[in-house]
Amino acid sequence: MSTSALPRNPGEAARSSGDVRLSVEQVSYAYSANPSQAPLFTLETTSFQAKPGEIVAILGPNASGKSTLLNLIVGALEPLSGRILLDGFVTHSLPPRTRAQRIAMVQQESRLLFPARVWEFVLQGRHSRGRSLRFESEDDVRIAENALAQVGAADLGNRWMNQISGGEKQRVILARALAQQPLLLLLDEPTLHLDIAAQVGLLDSLRRLAGENRYTVVVVTHELNLAAEYADQVVLMQRGRCLRVGPPATIYQRELLEQVFQTPLSVEVRASGRPRVTVLSGT
Amino acid sequence: MRPLTFRRVFLQCSLLLVILFFVVVVALKFGAVPVSLYALGRDLLRVLFGQSSQISTDYGLIIVNIRLPRILLGILVGASLSVAGTSFQALLRNPLADPYVLGVSSGAALGAIVALIAEPHLTLSPAFSALLTPLGAFLGAAATITAVYFLGRREGQIDSATLLLGGVITASFLSAIIMFLMNTLTGNLRGLSFWLMGDLSTPLQKNLYWFLGLGFFVAAGAIYTTANDLNLLLAGEKEAMHLGVDVPRVRLVVYIAASLLTGLAVSVSGAIGYVGLIVPHAMRLIFGSDHRVLLPTAALGGAIAVVFADTLARTVVAPSELAVGAVTAVVGAPLFIYLLRRRLT
Repeated sequence: MSTSALPRNPGEAARSSGDVRLSVEQVSYAYSANPSQAPLFTLETTSFQAKPGEIVAILGPNASGKSTLLNLIVGALEPLSGRILLDGFVTHSLPPRTRAQRIAMVQQESRLLFPARVWEFVLQGRHSRGRSLRFESEDDVRIAENALAQVGAADLGNRWMNQISGGEKQRVILARALAQQPLLLLLDEPTLHLDIAAQVGLLDSLRRLAGENRYTVVVVTHELNLAAEYADQVVLMQRGRCLRVGPPATIYQRELLEQVFQTPLSVEVRASGRPRVTVLSGT
Repeated sequence: MRPLTFRRVFLQCSLLLVILFFVVVVALKFGAVPVSLYALGRDLLRVLFGQSSQISTDYGLIIVNIRLPRILLGILVGASLSVAGTSFQALLRNPLADPYVLGVSSGAALGAIVALIAEPHLTLSPAFSALLTPLGAFLGAAATITAVYFLGRREGQIDSATLLLGGVITASFLSAIIMFLMNTLTGNLRGLSFWLMGDLSTPLQKNLYWFLGLGFFVAAGAIYTTANDLNLLLAGEKEAMHLGVDVPRVRLVVYIAASLLTGLAVSVSGAIGYVGLIVPHAMRLIFGSDHRVLLPTAALGGAIAVVFADTLARTVVAPSELAVGAVTAVVGAPLFIYLLRRRLT
C-alpha cells in the first residue's frame, strides 16, 4: 500500500514541496451550558496538518466532535488550548472580513428569507472582497460566472434559488464558496441530502478544484466510502477523541472501524489502492 | 448576470421622488378648505424665494403654516418608520417585523411620556429640554427591541412565531402602562389616541424639524452603510459571519439606529402602525430585496404612504379628522394577516 498506488492524487505535488497551509496544533475544546458545571461535551487534543491541494476528511459517527472541530478551524470557536494556523495566522483572531477572504465554509443548507436568483447568491461570495457599501465590479461578475462554470452550473445563473434541485443547490453553494477565492475550503456533510450520482459529481469536482486551484479542502463526513475514495488524509474521530490521522489505506482497518462505528463490516483494498468498506448487517 | 448598479438605484429613487412630489401637491390641495392649484403654486414659489410675508390670503396661510409643516412631518415620520421596519425585518429574519407590531413603537411612546412627565421636575436648559422627549422615546424603543429580541430567542435562534407573539404581548402590556399613566397623571401629555394610534396634527417647533431631519439622515445613513451586510444576514447570522460580516457590530449599529428612527418618529407623531410593514413589502415586490435599493426606496415609499394616508385622514370625514394611524391600520392589519397566513402554509 504505497502512496504511488494513488495515481489521481492532486495533493502529491504539494506533499513533496513540503509547505503546510493548515496546521491544527494540540487543539482541545469543551462545551458547557454553565461554566461551574462539568462540560457537556469535550474535544480532546487533536493535531493534523494539510497542504495546498490536499483533501482532508474528518470522519466519524454522530456526536464524535467533527462539527466542533470544523467550527474551531473556521475560527467561529476559540480553542480551550492549542491553536489553529492558516498560513501562519491564528484563524480565531482574524477579523471576519479577512477570515472570509481566506476560508470558505459550505454548509448543508442555505435558507433564504426572500427569493433570490442563483447569480445573486453566488455574488454574495464576493462580499468580503470590498467595502460593505459597494456595488459589484465587472471583476466580481466574471469571478462569480467562472465559479458557477467550475461547478458545472453555468446554465443555472438566472434560475431562482428555491426552484432548483438539492444537488444543483449544493453545487451553487459550492460556487459561492469558490467566488470567495479562499485558501481553505471547509465542507460540513456536503453529501447529506444528495443522491449517489450527485454525491460522486460533487466530490469529483472537489478533487478537480483542489488540484487546479490549490485549495486545501477539509470535509466533515460520516460516509466511509466517500472519504476512502476522495481523501488524501483521514482524521478519524470518536466521542470527542481524535483516534488516528493518516491516508485512508492506513486508517481503514476492520477492527478499528468496527469499534468506531459500532457495526460489523469488512474492508477490502481495491485496485486503485484505496480501501472499500462493506457494512455487514444482520451478522 | 445583471448586478445592481448605483445608476439603477438612483433612477428608481428619482421615480419615487417624482411620485412623492405629486402626492405632496395633492396633499397641499385637498383638505377641509379647498385651494386652487394656481394659488398653491404662487404661494409655494413665494416661500421658496423667501417672500412669505407677501402671502396674504387665508388660503395661503393655511397652506404654508398648517399643511406644509404637516406634510414635512409626514415625510420624516413615514421615511423613519419604513427604514426602521426594513432593518428589523433583516436583523430578525422576519418579514412581519415592524416597529408597531414588535411593540417598539409602544416602548418609544412610553419613553416619551415618561420624559414629558419628568421634564417639569428637571432643571434643564431650554434647548435640551426640547430634546428630552425624543431621547426618552429612543431609550424606550431601544429597551423594548432588546427585550423582544431575547423573548423571541429559543435555543440560541430567533423563533419567528415566538418573536411576533412576544412583540404583540409587549405592545399590549406597554399600552396598558401608557393608559395607566395617562389616567393617573395630568399635564401636557397630549391625548391617549395620539400615543396609541398616531397623529400628525400637532405642529412642531421649527428647530425640531431640523433636529428630526438630521436624526433621520444620521440614523438611516448608518443603516445604509450596512446594506450589503443586511443582504447576507437574511441567510442567517452564522452564514453571514462565514461570508465576512462582522455580525455583532452590524447588529449593534442597526438596532441602535432603527431604535433612534422609531423613537424620533413616535416622539412627534405617536405610534403610527404598519408603515414599516406595508411599505418595505411593497418595495421588495417592485424593486427586489437587495437592501442597497430597498432602504432608500422604502424611505421614499414610507414618506409617500404616510403623506397619502394623512391626506385621507384629513379629508374623508372633513371637517372632522381621523388619526393617521387608523388609516394605516385599516390597510396594514389585513395585509399582516395575509402575509402571516401565506407564511404558515
